[in-house]
Amino acid sequence: MIDNLRNLVRYRGLIQSLVARDLKARYRGSFLGFFWSFVNPLMLLLIYSFVFATILQNRTEGIQPYAVFMFTALLPWTWFQSSMNEATGSLISGGNLIKKVLFPAEVLPIVTILSNMAHFLLGLPILILFMIYYGVTPDWTELPWFLVVLLVQFIFTTSLALLLSALAVHFRDVKDLVSNLLTFWFFTTPIIYSYQQYPQYKFYFDLNPFTHLAISYQEILFFDGPFGHKWWLLALGGASVVLFFAAYWVFDRLRDSFAEAV
Amino acid sequence: MSSPAITLTNVSKTYRRYGGRQFSTLKSALLSGDLVRHLRPEETFQALKHVSFSVPKGCTYGVVGRNGSGKSTALKLVAGITKPTEGKVAVEGRISALIELGAGFHPEISGRENVFINGIMLGLSKKEIHKRFDEIVEFAELTEFIDAPVKTYSSGMYMRLGFAVAIHVDPDVLLVDEVLAVGDEGFTHKCLDKFGEFKRRGKTILLVTHSLGLVERFCDEAVWLDAGEKKAEGDPTRVVGTYVTDVARQEERFLKAADEKARLEAGGLEGSEGVPSEALAKPGPVDATAVSTDMNRAGEGRWGSGGVEITSVAFETADGQPTQVFHTGEPMRVTLGIRAAAPVRDFVFGIGIFTADGVSVYGTNTDLEEFEADRLEGDVNVTMVIDSLDLVEGTYKLDVAVHKRDGAPYDYHRLLHTFRVKSRIKDVGIYRPKHSWEFSAGVKFKPLK
Repeated sequence: MIDNLRNLVRYRGLIQSLVARDLKARYRGSFLGFFWSFVNPLMLLLIYSFVFATILQNRTEGIQPYAVFMFTALLPWTWFQSSMNEATGSLISGGNLIKKVLFPAEVLPIVTILSNMAHFLLGLPILILFMIYYGVTPDWTELPWFLVVLLVQFIFTTSLALLLSALAVHFRDVKDLVSNLLTFWFFTTPIIYSYQQYPQYKFYFDLNPFTHLAISYQEILFFDGPFGHKWWLLALGGASVVLFFAAYWVFDRLRDSFAEAV
Repeated sequence: MSSPAITLTNVSKTYRRYGGRQFSTLKSALLSGDLVRHLRPEETFQALKHVSFSVPKGCTYGVVGRNGSGKSTALKLVAGITKPTEGKVAVEGRISALIELGAGFHPEISGRENVFINGIMLGLSKKEIHKRFDEIVEFAELTEFIDAPVKTYSSGMYMRLGFAVAIHVDPDVLLVDEVLAVGDEGFTHKCLDKFGEFKRRGKTILLVTHSLGLVERFCDEAVWLDAGEKKAEGDPTRVVGTYVTDVARQEERFLKAADEKARLEAGGLEGSEGVPSEALAKPGPVDATAVSTDMNRAGEGRWGSGGVEITSVAFETADGQPTQVFHTGEPMRVTLGIRAAAPVRDFVFGIGIFTADGVSVYGTNTDLEEFEADRLEGDVNVTMVIDSLDLVEGTYKLDVAVHKRDGAPYDYHRLLHTFRVKSRIKDVGIYRPKHSWEFSAGVKFKPLK
């Protein structure tokens, strides 16, 4: 397992070029091309702001301007959600490689997560534009924490993706299960609302790992004041590292069965 | 030769036979590395059974065998794509597998980008690919199209590009699975030259192919796998020889079975040759017009008035041994077992030879050859003796008939009997006239190998 992990470092060239290929191939042949990376989150933003700021507006007091608030956590969630959806089936759709070529299987889910991260980063300028438009200024001293949240989210997503993609090879149901669970997960996470509005559910919010990521993003980019959630974030980071090793161990155990079961 | 490059020690590989799966508990799954519980023997398929062989460094090693004999499984095990159920596989040095060409190509992006990604997948660094890029593209004969998306390529172009990348990985061990069929004649020669170059540079090649000539010409050693077991190993000419003999034997069995089936379907003539059955279906009434007009087009069948019956047809060697596989130029005897229930005075025996696709090769009968019928009664044998079967390799079908001089058949067997001609020489056409070559001074050939 340790050897395989070390190999993973060796595969960075491969991962790099596969991510580049993914990004290039994704919008090849479309009229707007790379512009879609901006348009997609923008549309999402418009839809949610319309629903929650115009139709259900009485729910948004204390978190104004609502569009910026919601967008700070919605963007990373989109990264997480599309990564999970794509990565879970990545071993199955990449079956040709696993079956016919000597190919390090773990590269496939990791590539999906990274290329979705690239889309996430491309969506950030829109967030910045909105922040400028609404006059929201983040606390500059907190910005280094942004990289930490990014890293924690990456490790957390990778761990889950490794585990679920390996299981999905044998249980095809996992794919559908995941996409349904993600919808549920989205609405139980304080992204389109603030967790402070519902203090009675604090205990349940705290059980949800993505809560801490969402709150961290919101505190760093949206709310004023010191970044008070950092211990939660670091704890989640630690737990994610442990989860990563566990998930990688499972993945490694199941690795030999992929070529036959895919 | 030094230590072996590839060693298989007592290797078995078991596959699941059915799509249905029964899961084990998660705990045992994690311990055994498989989520599926151990299967009972009847639910599995053994692709390889305790196979051992080793390939010395620098050796070109051929693997031959029928479809489903485990050749490709063996190759996948050597490549490390699957793991053996039992036994050990050891390989020394960098491997490149020409198993599935262009497996990692993405259709939407250009050939150029795909070369880079495919090269990296096969273990090259970006720098190495840069250095070899022109060579790869030239080898694939795709200079004009390298910047077009791969989805616009023809399948030949696709394969050539995949092949070119894989062969430029510069492996120590090259695994080749039946991929020489990817290009036209010229490309195949180029591939063979490349293999030759590999060989000269002391690289190891493991070659799985159905092209036996290639194995004989190209390999230093060979192994024959059959139904997952090693049948023979060693000198390629000898291994191929044993294999070919076995295939011929099986073909003979197969032809016999197919003929019997055709005869049964045609209504009559029970399987056991020469022993007519009481339950023999009588041939139907005469349909002379159908015979004359459709003779060259009709499918297999049997018809006739039934006054005289052909009870058996046997192909024999010169000394009377029954066989259905002959070599070009060998003598052949075709013996018809005939039964005439009542004496007949008007009878003609005829034989026609056809190719598998129905082209008439030769036809004759006793009337054309000016035998005048006098009397036929009881169980008799009629044999046509061919001194030398001068046909090229292929499958041939026979018409045999007993009919009246005006053509009205007593019993007509249309394409019901099959024999096969084999030849070491791959000449073309149908007829192989006995011939030799003469050359005047100034024409020189290398001595035969």
